[in-house]
Amino acid sequence: MWSYTARRLLYNVPVYLGIVLLLMAALRINDPAYAHLGKNARPEDLEEIRQKLGLDRPFLEQYWALLRDVFTLNLGVKSWTNEGLSVGRMLSESIKPSLAITVPALVLTSAISICIALVSAFFRGRAADKSLMFLAVLGMSVSFLVYIVFGQYLGAYLLTRETGYGVFAIGGYEPGLANWPYYCLLPVLISTIVAMGYDTRFYRAVMVEESGRDYIVTAKAKGASKRKIMFVHMLKNAMIPIITRIMTTLPFLIMGSLLLEVYFNIPGMGRVLYKAIQEQDFPVVQVFVAIFAALFILSNILTDVLYALVDPRVRLS
Amino acid sequence: MSATRTKAVLEVRHLTTGFKTDRGVVTAVDDVSFDLYPGETLGVVGESGCGKTVTSKSIMRLLPEHLTIYGPASEVRFEGENLAFASEERMRRVRGDKVAMIFQEPMTSLNPVFTVGWQLDEALRYHTDLDARGRRQRAIEMLRLVEIPEPERRVDEYPHQLSGGMRQRVMIAMALCCEPDVLIADEPTTALDVTIQAQILQLMANLKERLSTAIMLITHDLGVVAQVCDRVLVMYAGRVIESGTVAEIFHAPRHPYTRALLDSIPKSGARAHKKRLPTIPGIVPSLFELPAGCRFQDRCAYKERRCVDAEPGLEGALGGRQVRCHFPLDGGAA
Repeated sequence: MWSYTARRLLYNVPVYLGIVLLLMAALRINDPAYAHLGKNARPEDLEEIRQKLGLDRPFLEQYWALLRDVFTLNLGVKSWTNEGLSVGRMLSESIKPSLAITVPALVLTSAISICIALVSAFFRGRAADKSLMFLAVLGMSVSFLVYIVFGQYLGAYLLTRETGYGVFAIGGYEPGLANWPYYCLLPVLISTIVAMGYDTRFYRAVMVEESGRDYIVTAKAKGASKRKIMFVHMLKNAMIPIITRIMTTLPFLIMGSLLLEVYFNIPGMGRVLYKAIQEQDFPVVQVFVAIFAALFILSNILTDVLYALVDPRVRLS
Repeated sequence: MSATRTKAVLEVRHLTTGFKTDRGVVTAVDDVSFDLYPGETLGVVGESGCGKTVTSKSIMRLLPEHLTIYGPASEVRFEGENLAFASEERMRRVRGDKVAMIFQEPMTSLNPVFTVGWQLDEALRYHTDLDARGRRQRAIEMLRLVEIPEPERRVDEYPHQLSGGMRQRVMIAMALCCEPDVLIADEPTTALDVTIQAQILQLMANLKERLSTAIMLITHDLGVVAQVCDRVLVMYAGRVIESGTVAEIFHAPRHPYTRALLDSIPKSGARAHKKRLPTIPGIVPSLFELPAGCRFQDRCAYKERRCVDAEPGLEGALGGRQVRCHFPLDGGAA
């Protein structure tokens, strides 16, 4: 198990080195200092900004410096647009609001979707299954923006006007658990509803496939109850696609849901990166993307390790 | 011989199983009756789609409940109790304990993500009072019984670590661990190669002697029937068309279909190789468009007017020699 994990880690080192190489090359196709200061910039200002970030040094040296910064999490580089704020500070400040929305949303979506999928697969082809799947398709056919706008109108505006008491905020963010329901619950519910349609249909397909397998009949022939068959035999086999699904959404989770953060004015990582790209804030973009790539790879490795834990057949190969 | 027999452990009467489909209800098993006695092996033979597997799954009630209709006269009497309409709750206690089943595909019939020991343990957990240690002891003992080497090590292995033959042995161990009265084996050796096939059949024969379990062996392989069965039931398009002892069926087949089946077995010997192997022309009729008369009429070499007009009844006493044909053959070596 440990050697398996170590092997996965090792295989991904060259992958990450390649990604960072590509990222740095892409960001240097147009001179970032020039893009930031505009065409009327004075040559000495350009020179100064290049020197500060080491853009004048050899490429390999910069490459090594970025890798070192990301791995040691020594992110003291200053943002170009937010005066005096280091990238590391921006990262640590924006990651919490992002996670406050996306983690509860993911947990809620996965738990509800898996349960609905199990019920649906259990009643496959019957009225209960058909109506659940109808609702799922209906749910995923409506645009994310519609949910956000109607959610804000109904949940924040109307509810506050009718009850005279602010249940949900229309936007904004304050740290702390006590403030969480007021600022975060509404976006969490909206993103859960949006994701549920897709997830339910996916998990149902997985369950239906498993329910047709030979080992299900064997378990039934042994005298296992339907509940045991579904929650023990089927679910453990279905864990592989379920884990894949959840794990591939993990890095996006950390980056936050851009739309929700923009509409609800939540200062999460998605919104920070979005603004940095708009404002040509080179140091922020470079570090955020490099960290995003690292998280992506780490979650892939975690997926592989979880596979091995769930499925004994993976451990050998 | 039937007079001296003990009481049947399983009595199937008028078993009729239909499926709801988009094109209406289709009857896959039509009025099937037979007895199964303790310690005997009953072979059920026929081509694919003749209703063998549906018969066995009807007895175990393993077919999808909401798509299956049992004829109102259907009886599956186990120790006198009719299981055809028993509650799911009751069936759960019967399955694996009194009546057990093994399947055709040992490669896929075991759950890939649980150890062999866990899966053996499961049946014991449902049907016995043994504690965890006792169940593990029993699981190892069962693996030893089905002649798996190093059972203490194998018990903690996963199905993918075992060969096909080993997995089928595990399936047998699992089916027999609660000492069932009836073992239904649905083509247990079809997916295995010939040497392993012989070993598994030998093993089943030995275990039957030791545990006096009644075995219902479903197969399309007449060689297997000749090797291990006592009595044979020949099915065609959902119906029983002939039954009798192995000697009777093999040496004096009375139904043209049985005869044709026996003729199409390759024979050894120099002269046999010179002749083309006879086959049965045509295919089994679709269950959606069964002919009015005899279901075998289109493929029968002895077809007469009467065969088209009326379906023959099953003549002969239950448990003895039975044949469903207007013009049964008078026997003679196949």
